[in-house]
Formats: sequence, C-alpha cells, structure tokens
Amino acid sequence: MTTDQRTLRVLIAKPGLDGHDRGAKVVARALRDAGMEVIYTGIRQTPEMIAEAALQEDVDVVGLSILSGAHLEIFPRVIAELKKRSVDDVTLFCGGIIPAADIPAVKEMGFQAVFGPGTDTNDIIAFLRENATERA
Amino acid sequence: MPSELAEGVVAGNRRALARAISHVEADNAKGRELLADLYARTGRAQTIGITGSAGAGKSTLVGALAREERKRGRTVGIIAVDPSSPFSHGAILGDRIRMQDLTSDGGVFMRSMASRGNLGGLAEMASGVVDLMDAAGFDVVLVETVGAGQDEVEVATATQSTVLVANPGGGDDVQSMKAGLMEIAQIMVVNKADLAGADTAVMQLRGLLAIAAPRAWTPPILKAIARTGEGVPELVDAIDKHQAHVRSDEHAEAERHGLVESQILSLVRAALYREALGAARAEGSIETLVDEVVLRTRDPRSAATTLIDALRSRWMTR
Repeated sequence: MTTDQRTLRVLIAKPGLDGHDRGAKVVARALRDAGMEVIYTGIRQTPEMIAEAALQEDVDVVGLSILSGAHLEIFPRVIAELKKRSVDDVTLFCGGIIPAADIPAVKEMGFQAVFGPGTDTNDIIAFLRENATERA
Repeated sequence: MPSELAEGVVAGNRRALARAISHVEADNAKGRELLADLYARTGRAQTIGITGSAGAGKSTLVGALAREERKRGRTVGIIAVDPSSPFSHGAILGDRIRMQDLTSDGGVFMRSMASRGNLGGLAEMASGVVDLMDAAGFDVVLVETVGAGQDEVEVATATQSTVLVANPGGGDDVQSMKAGLMEIAQIMVVNKADLAGADTAVMQLRGLLAIAAPRAWTPPILKAIARTGEGVPELVDAIDKHQAHVRSDEHAEAERHGLVESQILSLVRAALYREALGAARAEGSIETLVDEVVLRTRDPRSAATTLIDALRSRWMTR
C-alpha cells in the first residue's frame, strides 16, 4: 500500500437486537490492519443511529453485521434513513447470518456484497479497495 | 467568493460540515480554501480540550459534558482523536460507543479522527476541524485526545480551555503528567472519584500546582464520576468560568496572542518539516548520508546540516 492512497473510512455497525459482535470486531480489526480507518459503533444500533453516524463521520463505506435474522426488516430502514440524509454515495456491504435465499433481496436493496461465516477477511479488503466509490 | 460547501457549513448543513471536515483532514487545497473563507466566522464557540491517559474516562466524560451542555441549551460539536496504527496507518475509532444517545440528537455533531501519525500535523488538523465546527455555529466544541506525547500537548493549543482528566490511584500517572500536561491544563478533574484514593489524587495535584509558577489563572481541581454524571455540572461551571477569563481578562489578552502565535508557528513547523522531508527524499541524498553515518565516516549532526544546506540553496535559487 502506498501512503498517497486515499485512506478509506469505514463504518462498521450492528443493527438489531443480537449482541454477538465478534464477527464485526474481527472485520473491524482486519480493515484497520489493512490501513483503513474504522468507526465502530457497537451493538444494538437503530437505523437512525447508523445513518447519522455515517453522515457525521463522512464514511466511504458502511458495513452492517447482523445475526438476529431481522435483516429483511432492518436493512431497508437503514437505507431509508441514509437516503433521508442524502448519504447516497457510500458503498454498502453486510455480513452475519444471511440465508442464501435472502441474498438476492439484500443485493436488490443496494448492498454490493454479502459476507457470510467463514469469509476470508482478505476478500473483504479486496472488495472494498476495488469498490469504494471515488469522491469529488 | 465562498464556495457552496463553505456556505453549507455556515448554514448548518450537517452533510456539508462532514464533507468539509474530510477535506481539512486530508489537508487538500479545498480544505485550505474552506478554512481561509470561514476563519472570519470563528471565535464564537467555547473550545475545550479533554486530555488524559488512556482509560482515564475521557470519552465517558466528554459524553457527560455534552449532555450537560445540551441541558443548558447549547449545541455541541465533538472531535474525538484516536491514534492510528504506526504500522498499517489504519485505526479503530470507537469513541461513539460511549456516546450512543448523542448520535440521534440534532444539537450534537460528533466526528472521530485518527491521529494519522502525520509529522506533528495533528494539532494543525484538529484546529482546522475546531474552526469548521465553530463556523458552523456550535456553541461548544469538545476535543478529546489521548494525553501522551508532544502531539497531544500541541492539540491543547487548538482549544481555549484544556481539561486534564486524572484518576484515583494513579500516583505515578500524576507524576508523569508533571512534565507537559500539567502546564497546559486550566482545569483538572479526578474522574472515577467513587474509587478509593480520590482525595489523595486531588491532594497530589494540589501539591504539584503549589510548586508551579503562579499564573493569572489558577487551575481548579474537581472530582467527578463521568459514568453517573456526578460532578459534571460543576465541571461545566468551571469551564464557563475559565471561558469568561479567556474572553475578558487583560492577562488573557496576552495569553490569546501567545496561543495564536504558537498556533501559527506550529503550522509553519509542520509545513516546513513536510517540505524539508520531501526535498531530502526527492534528492536521494539522504540514502548516501545514511550509508556514511552507518559506516561512521560521518556523524548524524553533520549529515543533518548537509541536508539543511542543500535545502537552503534550493530555496535561494528559487
């Protein structure tokens, strides 16, 4: 990595009510070790809190981790809150327990990638380096 | 003619402010232009630095302070600085965790910043972000920094009031604070005051102050429990008192000039350092010099002098 490469800012958040944040922390740490700045907001975040944090921190990427099974209910609300704040140029990805059958729906919402259990963190890093949108 | 982004910041557009901060953080042309355009609009906010060693409870205290300021009807900007990894240059910025409830408060804007380990430019960057929040109309701007090292001491020059957070039982900590932080703190607070040894810590701080040179402002020493909010209203009162001192007193006038002077000088130093380093690397001369010093055919000081001479002649011919 060259030093003049833009430093990616990534928000890692856990929406919903499950308290299992190990996956989110592993990802946060891997991204830090890849030279990114990771804003980690902890568990039990409301869609409003996630969107507001994304706005204030001016992140390039938002990654959501969810294991409660409520992704089809909560993710659209996160996206709606982001839209409400005109945060429309962030790259979205998610992980956790998301059944294969739901992946098309999640991608349809705007998530560019879904990383399930067993994902190599290098794949996430490569994905972000490739897909994080350039800014004016 | 101020840019659209500058106008957005002044108008209180949160997205504009967030984007503007990114430009200042990147230290790019747009960021410098923004700061030049907006500086005339700064100077209204109370700017407060919160510093202390890791684990002292700074984030929790900043959250509690913000809540108390909100109770008093003031809007609050928060800048939380965390260290970047010296190896990967990445960072995990986790200060929002302790300020969850503030995220959905429209009167609060919080920004996490990585120190980016950049050539002493942390203070430069932080003071720029303070100015942006000031120009955006926040009544209070809180800056939280890890109180270790020269960079953090310098960050104090970006704010008018510096609060030093100490803990009970931190006798050695207090000792180590003597050197730099003690001098720059205008308010001292022993946090986690429900733990044993709080009064001892207060006494130690008092003892250290007693041997310091007398100043126009004598730092008060308070006790607080940030987690419960105990002692926080008194802390805000103390900050208000210092702010009144900073803004009115004749002594403060001289101090204000001193603060601005050191701010300008630290900007000059950071810029010169960057330029010098860039030039030294570009010329490729540094490798040869390093080789010579390693072989002990030259000493490090004369190597530095050689580089400075080369730089000087570059500037002369420019």
